[in-house]
Amino acid sequence: MAGRRLPAWGLGAAGVATLLVVVELAPRLGIVDARFLPPTSQILGALADRLGTGEFWVALGQTLTTWFTGLAISVVAGVVLGMIIGSVPLLRAVTASTVEFLRPVPSVALIPVAILLYGTGMASTLLLVIYASFWQVLVQVLSGAADVDPVASDTARSYRFSPLTRIRTLVWPTTAPYAMTGLRLAASVALILTVTGELLIGTPGIGKLLGVAQSSGAVASMYAYVVVAGLLGVVVNAVARGLESRVLFWHPSVRGERAA
Amino acid sequence: MTGAARTRTGTGTGTGTAVRTTAGRVLRQVLLAVGLPAVVVAVWWVLSAGSTSYFNPPLSVIVGTFGDTWFSTPFDQSRFVQDVVPSVLRLLAGYAVALVVGVVLGVAIGSSRAFRAYAEPVLEFFRAIPPPVLVPILMLFLGIGTSMKIVVIATGCLWPILLNTVEGVRGLDPVLRDTARAYRLGRVATVRHLMLRGASPQIVTGARQALSIGIILMVISEMFAAKDGLGFSIVQFQRSFAIPEMWSGVILLGVVGVLLSLAFRAVTDAALGWYLGYRQSQHGGV
Amino acid sequence: MSSTTSPASTAAGPSGGARLVVRNLRKVYTGRGEPVEAIADLTFEIRPGELVCVVGPSGAGKTTLLRCVAGLMPATSGELVLGGSAITGPPQGMAVVLQEYGRSLFPWLTVAENVELPLKEKGVGKARRAELVGETLAAVGLGDVTGSYPWQLSGGMQQRVAIARAAAYEPQVLLMDEPFAAVDAQTRFELEDLVRTLWKRLGITVVFVTHDIDEAIYLGERVLVLSARPTVVLEDVVVGLGAERDQLETRGHAEFARLRTHVYELVQQAKAGVRSLADAHLTHPGAAT
Repeated sequence: MAGRRLPAWGLGAAGVATLLVVVELAPRLGIVDARFLPPTSQILGALADRLGTGEFWVALGQTLTTWFTGLAISVVAGVVLGMIIGSVPLLRAVTASTVEFLRPVPSVALIPVAILLYGTGMASTLLLVIYASFWQVLVQVLSGAADVDPVASDTARSYRFSPLTRIRTLVWPTTAPYAMTGLRLAASVALILTVTGELLIGTPGIGKLLGVAQSSGAVASMYAYVVVAGLLGVVVNAVARGLESRVLFWHPSVRGERAA
Repeated sequence: MTGAARTRTGTGTGTGTAVRTTAGRVLRQVLLAVGLPAVVVAVWWVLSAGSTSYFNPPLSVIVGTFGDTWFSTPFDQSRFVQDVVPSVLRLLAGYAVALVVGVVLGVAIGSSRAFRAYAEPVLEFFRAIPPPVLVPILMLFLGIGTSMKIVVIATGCLWPILLNTVEGVRGLDPVLRDTARAYRLGRVATVRHLMLRGASPQIVTGARQALSIGIILMVISEMFAAKDGLGFSIVQFQRSFAIPEMWSGVILLGVVGVLLSLAFRAVTDAALGWYLGYRQSQHGGV
Repeated sequence: MSSTTSPASTAAGPSGGARLVVRNLRKVYTGRGEPVEAIADLTFEIRPGELVCVVGPSGAGKTTLLRCVAGLMPATSGELVLGGSAITGPPQGMAVVLQEYGRSLFPWLTVAENVELPLKEKGVGKARRAELVGETLAAVGLGDVTGSYPWQLSGGMQQRVAIARAAAYEPQVLLMDEPFAAVDAQTRFELEDLVRTLWKRLGITVVFVTHDIDEAIYLGERVLVLSARPTVVLEDVVVGLGAERDQLETRGHAEFARLRTHVYELVQQAKAGVRSLADAHLTHPGAAT
């Protein structure tokens, strides 16, 4: 009922405003220690301050580069491998257990290995990013390839389509929607792992600046970087979601899934 | 899919009579499941056998170290009991907290349109924050003890569970809602029989995402500062250049991840038995 | 709208039903944009134990009326009284069967559990619940699929489950919103007879909304013909077909044909925008029982 008086975006804005006010007042009223949680105004001040430095923009660029590179590699690898494995039943059967085993292996387990192999450079973080987001794409593409209409598949076989034609005209159109979903999931996972890698390994980027702020006790700056990381995540989510629904608006299975 | 695979290899092997029997089929399934992992391990074993590289010790050495590293005697003094068990317990504690809070809040938010519109942008923001970033913040408040680690895990796991529950409750069929109201189902019964059951597919999806985030946070919370734990041990090994031990830890961590996801699936498959059949009937059995 | 005594109402058996009074009901939807007046002014009364069908052109606010009576939606103004008390929310002793049978059954509960859940909530004891569930499912011919899930059944069978759930609830009034619109013709005949049988056995008040004129006449003791929106009652037609109905005989009856023609004409007039009987141009003689 209240939604009728105030539109949804108004309520949402009120929600954001509430958060800002609570974070402003809680430390000022002594509900939480201001050394641990500075008021909104200070966090935003630190953020504005950071935005004025070249260091910040370089770091942002580095984070986005790592994110994009890792995402691109895992999407290409996931789509190619997924279509090959998915369209050959024997390959699928043979690899199923391996995929199921490797997928839940936590990517952070690779951090020590990555540091040993690549030091603290971008390659270390990339390894984490690719490992984590690759599975998101692969698993989606595999279920897409399994979804190919058996009748169409038989038709293609009876007309002796070459494997390449078969993939182009049959497997890919069915798989594309799934690949888009995989891309959306992978995009946010890749961002999480990028920042994590920067924070833990020390690869240059926003995460590293956050780590530096933490160890130097610049609490307001630290929160400012957390805000940046969160906003970055919101933007990545929104863009990926928009891209997905723009490409897939026609696809009934995806629409149905969303409604369900 | 398995049917196609069967005919193919059936003609390919063609060794005769036994192939069509049940025993033969089971054997084939086992071979398919174990075949590739066995090959991978074998290749790793052979390629690394003569390795003198400091960073890539022979697999035989890693495996040899495994038992000594984690299951030394006496058992209650072993790293498994001293490090792995506390890690997993912290994970389970944080995960349980996130599950309860996430589902309760999710049902509350999901069942009120206004509340949902109010909270959604803020929730989306919190979900988008990379969870490991929480560690430095919570360290300020809670120090580096057990409670910090549990809270880190709980806060990281909360968002996917919460948002998926909201989504699940929101997506409940209005006809079903009307039916529940018309038959005067009370508050408790509506939550229990309608909302929780109806949203369970989404809750499970969220809980699955949360589990992998939880494992990551279990490790990461120990990497910053800790005195025990699986993640702590692995980092210690790495920093002290005990490379085979480090590899054994990485492998153990992988095994823990796989075991937890298997346990998760066993629990949720039972709860979602109806959903698979329902989906199939809705999609015309594709 | 004066309501004459229907010849069949006395034959309705022991009256376990409740009286439903609708007086000056008005419903205006105020969503985004222009407010839409769905129901202008509806007044009618349904006696305890009566089976009344509601027909009208599509978009005549039939479903709106039913949702208001069911207490699922507040009326803008007017009075809704069931068994002496005003309807403000879903009233006690009321059961509903909706058109979307597939979506009104809980997919995570078995057939028996679906029937049992409202009883549990009503506080019926365990032994009595088992008895009611068994009885009603047997009565609708589903005694052998009690352990199945609804989605494993055909559409007609799913709607039987919904009917069994309503019957087991032992309501005083049963509301049915185009319950057979989505089942095939043969199943439909069977289900219509099932409704008549249950109604006679339980002696409850039944409000049956449908867009099918034949169905309305075959089932009802009275047929309320609604105008197009904003809705008013165009005519309250008494169906003098007796208590015993038979798919072949009743439908072949001269009176059935006469009523069918009459209601058909009324609905056509309603579609053309006619809002009162006086304005209607009927080429065939009206109801003259």
